[in-house]
Amino acid sequence: MRDLRLSLRASSGRSDPARLLFFALCFGFLALFLLLPLLVTFVEAFSRGVGVYLDSLADPDARSAIRLTLLVAAIAVPLNVVIGIAAAWLVARFEFRGRQLLVSLIDLPFSVSPVIAGLVYILLFGAQGYFGPWLKAHDIEIVFALPGIVLATLFVTFPFVARELIPHMQALGGSEEEAALMLGASGWRTFLHVSLPNVKWSLLYGVLLCNARAMGEFGAVSVVSGRIRGVTATLPLQVEILYNEYNTAAAFAVASLLAMLALLTLVLKSILEWRFADSIAAARGH
Amino acid sequence: MSLAIPFKPKPSILPGFGLSLGITLTGLSLIVLIPLAALLLRAASADPNEILELVTSARTLAALRLSFGAAFLAALLNAVFGLMIAWLLVRHEFPGKRLVDAAIDLPFALPTAVAGVALAAIYAPNGWIGGLVAPLGVKIAYTPAGVFIAMVFVGMPFVIRTVQPVLAEAETDVEEAAALLGASRMRIVFTVILPGVMPALLTGFVLAFARAIGEYGSVIFIAGNVPMVSEILPLLIVIRLEQFDYAGAAVIATLMLVVAFVLIAAINALQGWTRHRLGDA
Repeated sequence: MRDLRLSLRASSGRSDPARLLFFALCFGFLALFLLLPLLVTFVEAFSRGVGVYLDSLADPDARSAIRLTLLVAAIAVPLNVVIGIAAAWLVARFEFRGRQLLVSLIDLPFSVSPVIAGLVYILLFGAQGYFGPWLKAHDIEIVFALPGIVLATLFVTFPFVARELIPHMQALGGSEEEAALMLGASGWRTFLHVSLPNVKWSLLYGVLLCNARAMGEFGAVSVVSGRIRGVTATLPLQVEILYNEYNTAAAFAVASLLAMLALLTLVLKSILEWRFADSIAAARGH
Repeated sequence: MSLAIPFKPKPSILPGFGLSLGITLTGLSLIVLIPLAALLLRAASADPNEILELVTSARTLAALRLSFGAAFLAALLNAVFGLMIAWLLVRHEFPGKRLVDAAIDLPFALPTAVAGVALAAIYAPNGWIGGLVAPLGVKIAYTPAGVFIAMVFVGMPFVIRTVQPVLAEAETDVEEAAALLGASRMRIVFTVILPGVMPALLTGFVLAFARAIGEYGSVIFIAGNVPMVSEILPLLIVIRLEQFDYAGAAVIATLMLVVAFVLIAAINALQGWTRHRLGDA
């Protein structure tokens, strides 16, 4: 059989034109859609020299955008972690009617356009929204302010943590937790010392993806933020503002920061996948 | 009959049912469900004549056609190349394979605004590729072709990531047997390999299609947003909002959600049928 396999391999040898065409098409497509956009971002960012690049990032509006982006992620990601852990515990550890529906509803934000994710909060809290007049009377700002940006970010990142944790916790089963409880550990102690350590790498994986989306979200945030320079412009919105002003080098300088965030995310994600392949692969296989 | 009551769990010694249910339902309702209900409510309370006029206006229909048409074609192209690249990553060894594999997720990780300005720069008439094809009289950026390119970019990883594990688990024995029995390479691809990965391929297609329909950030920069030519549906929502026409925005958003869900349900049904048929075979 071994000989047969070898001869099969040999029949599709390296010089085979069909095989070369296949390789050329695959790598051509990858170069066109992966390499080129990254390359152009950094080339354009440095097109007017390192000085202009650094100045663009030191600009007060750019720095305000960096601060706002970090702040929004710092609020939205932990909230999603709490909800994601609760949802995973609920779905993976209990059987109840409506469980499948609940899982579908948690995934719902993935199939809704980001623009609609922003729109729904305008309809609720905007000047002519359902709660608009009441908010105005009480001097509370949600839309075109930080709370709106956080809400829109929460919407688009809602499924990330739960969808990594649920399959992993389901694959592990609840027997270890049951054992801890029978041995007299309290519920919280069991959760903190048994459940969480078991899923820590998938949790980190979910947090990583959630954070990348939270910092990079454009559509939803653009609708609710009002894009006020230096006030409600996050990094992706700052890219748009600068680009529309034909300030290309500065736009790409800010964009290059986000591209670096994306590359860092991919590197960390790959490290997690390679080093903890067993625990994460168990979860991803489902 | 405890099963008849929603959210009543089967008995378990594990604690925390009430607490986790409370947190999950509160979060889900406040962040997702109530806001989406507000959208439907607002769309439903719009004047029926205005709804009809808006939905059947030439500009809306042009955007509808472009959004769904370009998303469909982009998902189709991604299905073809996704299958090929998944095959490349599973069945071939080459230097830098791990790097390429990791890089596949770039469109998920790269913020859409960055992708948007980068693609616009590449395909603009003075860009790296736009400049190459401009002398031939071909325009990519600021035309429907640009919308298509951006949608290919955002949908790229889906098919690869759904097909890859299926190919990795598939036994090569059947392919080898077919080859030994004298089947041509094309015949093996279409009669042995393709049927096995079809359900995964369709799943990837649906995900790429759905993502492309809703995409905003990476499309609007390269699209140029010419009314009747290169406007996508999400952009029409934004334009309505900028005119403070909340009802109009809600109607277009609902239209988009409904059409998308119907199409996705149809493709899912097709997928179920494929799986059923192949399961019986």
